[in-house]
Amino acid sequence: MHTITVTPDEVKKIGKLANLKLQSDEVTLFAEQFTKTIEVVNHLNEIDTEKVDVTYQVNGLSNVTRADEIDMGRVLPQETALREAKKTHNGFFVVERLIDSDAEELI
Amino acid sequence: MKQLHELTIKEVLDGYQNKDFTCVDLVKHFLARIEKYNSKLNIYIALNEKVLEEAAAIDKEIIEKGITRPLQGIPFAIKDNFLTKGIVTTASSNILKDYQPQYESTVIEKIKAAGAIILGKTNMDSFAHGSSTETSDFGATLNPWNIDKLPGGSSGGSAAAIAAQLATVALGSETAGSIRQPAAWCGVTGLKPTYGRASRYGIVAMGSSLDSPGPIGRSVEDCAIVTEIISGKDSKDATTSPSLVEKYTENLYAPDLRGVRIGIVKEYLLAEMREDVKNLILDAANKLRLLGATVEEVSMMDPRFAIGVYTVIQRSEVSSNLARYDGIRFGHDRDTFCDETKRRIMLGTYTLSAGYYDAFYKKAQAVRTKIVNEFDEIFKTYDAVIGAVSPGPALSVGASKNQPMFGEMEDVLVEPSSIAGLTSVGLPCGFVDNLPIGLQVTSNQLKEGTAIKIADCFQRHTEFQLFPDLEKTV
Repeated sequence: MHTITVTPDEVKKIGKLANLKLQSDEVTLFAEQFTKTIEVVNHLNEIDTEKVDVTYQVNGLSNVTRADEIDMGRVLPQETALREAKKTHNGFFVVERLIDSDAEELI
Repeated sequence: MKQLHELTIKEVLDGYQNKDFTCVDLVKHFLARIEKYNSKLNIYIALNEKVLEEAAAIDKEIIEKGITRPLQGIPFAIKDNFLTKGIVTTASSNILKDYQPQYESTVIEKIKAAGAIILGKTNMDSFAHGSSTETSDFGATLNPWNIDKLPGGSSGGSAAAIAAQLATVALGSETAGSIRQPAAWCGVTGLKPTYGRASRYGIVAMGSSLDSPGPIGRSVEDCAIVTEIISGKDSKDATTSPSLVEKYTENLYAPDLRGVRIGIVKEYLLAEMREDVKNLILDAANKLRLLGATVEEVSMMDPRFAIGVYTVIQRSEVSSNLARYDGIRFGHDRDTFCDETKRRIMLGTYTLSAGYYDAFYKKAQAVRTKIVNEFDEIFKTYDAVIGAVSPGPALSVGASKNQPMFGEMEDVLVEPSSIAGLTSVGLPCGFVDNLPIGLQVTSNQLKEGTAIKIADCFQRHTEFQLFPDLEKTV
């Protein structure tokens, strides 16, 4: 079984994908720790799964739907929904500009 | 005569009925104990400021109408990942340190409708990422049996609240081991329901294909009572099972276990496990035989493979679930995640990313199928399988530091059943080094009643559900 090394560059890339800012010492530490974790995970290759289906859901339910009706029991009043937000404007959440921003392209 | 903190749910209700004490008496008694012991043990991280008012309302209700609800005036300790309206919910993370939930989790709604009152919110591993409470941003909880030891986790605060007798009963949640393992390390009883039996709505999500809320209590009886109330289909959680909730309490007080078939899993008696721990499990098997059950050795896949499956599935689901913490609608910036949370999000992002998805995620989900099939096969012959919850007793404070796989390794014996979505009761079966050891009784999906019957009968015929004397240990 070949070993997989997670490199510091990969850690930086994953950090961007996950929208997490990392300090340089974290990058080295995480690269080392991820390599060790992946080593444990890699033992799964000892098990033959060629003819085995995958299981995403264990209790057998699928395509659970509900009537397309407004259920007031699961609707929050606007002021309640906005209550925990840092910035709001005219009853909306204020978000950082993502498109056509000057910030470096994420990935 | 028993003191107020030593009562089970039934005993509390009897006390109310007989007017031996009021709900306000009971709540004041717990608040005094919390005042005395909590600063040292760090079990509660928030208290319900309105609890005395709520208790007075319950007393009024009882005077006017008598006992009409199954949890009327029962004081609960709640793991801090259940959204509770009016009480800050943090999941022990700085990112949510002042988050006031806008809605109530379904399970909390259900226990409140049954009359429960909330004493406070208990410490846990941050976002339930761990098995020690050491990843909590608010410091670790200490084990009431020995304050140099950890309580386990992630529901460590809830398990310690029961061991320290700072609540009548508690709620925890389990992704893989987070109810059973802290219950074992703290020497109390916990029940992990089948995946989908109790609603996940309003519980801070960790691994959505695994998370199962459940009780931690001073007896199997208390756990059965609470499980019966929190279970059931919820339109707000599409993965909840539509099957009817059985009267789990009808499985209590079985005089013996004649006709019950139990498998003891050979591979779960790990080679590196301490002999004295192994012997407690074998003694428990003998006790079950004496109670009339057939107990036979069965063979299953090495549980260590479950570590790999669980690691990949859980990290992947964490990565998706925690994407919602953007600091925009609620909570603080992603910079406030602790290291363990960052690690889990990132590893999940890695295993789900292009080029690695098949090798890790699909592979893990295929091995998951094998684990599910193996249990299916076993449950054709057996009503339950038993084993240790944890390979040993509670570990020392600091043990999880710099161990990014600490939880996975400690939870090796509970991961397979969680991966397969099974139900399991964890309960004390003895002591080593003056620390409790837990036995797990695992049954097939929706067979809570079977696991309860076996665990309850064992508990009533043994004397392992003991509580530490905090005057000596704290």
